[in-house]
Amino acid sequence: MVQVRMETNILGANELLARKNRRVFTRQGMLVVNLMSSPGSGKTTLLEKSIEHLHDQLRLGVIEGDLYTDQDARRIEQKGVRVVQINTEGACHLDAGMVGRAFESLANENLDLLFIENVGNLVCPAEFDLGEDFKAVVISTAEGNDKPLKYPLIFREARAILLNKVDLLPFTDFSVERFRRDLDQINPQAPVFLVSGRTGEGIKDWIEWLLEEVKIKRADA
Amino acid sequence: MHEFSLIEGVLGMVKESAAEYRIKKVNRVKLVVGKLSMALPDSLHFAFDAIKTTDDLFREAGLEIEEREIMGNCQQCQQAFQIEDHCYFVCPSCNSTCIEIIQGRELYLDYYEGEEN
Repeated sequence: MVQVRMETNILGANELLARKNRRVFTRQGMLVVNLMSSPGSGKTTLLEKSIEHLHDQLRLGVIEGDLYTDQDARRIEQKGVRVVQINTEGACHLDAGMVGRAFESLANENLDLLFIENVGNLVCPAEFDLGEDFKAVVISTAEGNDKPLKYPLIFREARAILLNKVDLLPFTDFSVERFRRDLDQINPQAPVFLVSGRTGEGIKDWIEWLLEEVKIKRADA
Repeated sequence: MHEFSLIEGVLGMVKESAAEYRIKKVNRVKLVVGKLSMALPDSLHFAFDAIKTTDDLFREAGLEIEEREIMGNCQQCQQAFQIEDHCYFVCPSCNSTCIEIIQGRELYLDYYEGEEN
């Protein structure tokens, strides 16, 4: 019997590719946001609204992760933004290799800001570094208050947290106060934006914060 | 659900290494999984049992998983402590929320055992 010690990170291959992506992104002075949420929380609608506010000020690109369809990519394309679709064919998350390959067709676009819309899932995507500057997590009021406590890793790792569908608050049991209290324990540093992708409420605060991050990234490059 | 791709990755690493060490049969694979990682031990076992049958090298191998507790280090008072309730990152001594996670995110292949031929 032989024992072979490996002590090898299982996600090592992904982390190597993520580092490579990060070098490429940083060289371009472009801010990269990994947008994550559960299915149906309104990521794509929020992205559409964000693009409306940003696209006359910045050069934007979007990488759309989806299991099988290109419906979301087509919605974003209609906003006049460069989109690359990744179909994961059943895989529950994007990995750094997929993102690196997808970015090749955006590499000469001289982008200021790249959104990566991850596959709708609060579990697996949290493990996979894509080379982004930061993760932003979207949760909607209709999903209930228990999400941060059930999926602490994704909320812990997020640089920004968006509570979407605040226009539905009167019709749900969601408590914003409890939500903030839970996040104070999990991730007190991250700003929390209360938004509605449908009515546009609160989007301006998120956009202003994002523009500041773009500026910081550009200054660092 | 990503446990399948994690196990595929693990078995790929073992296979490559086994070829190098001339190991013909793998008996045991040991992983270390932190409780804050998003990989579930049950799902890892399930994936391992499903995938191992596709290759004679692993057909009779067992999977051992060592789970690691979540440990935080308080940036305020420098005390290290175990985070029992996995969603409350608060220092038990000084109530600070500036906590560095020092253990619990592990996800690595520790070792494997096999037989040479």
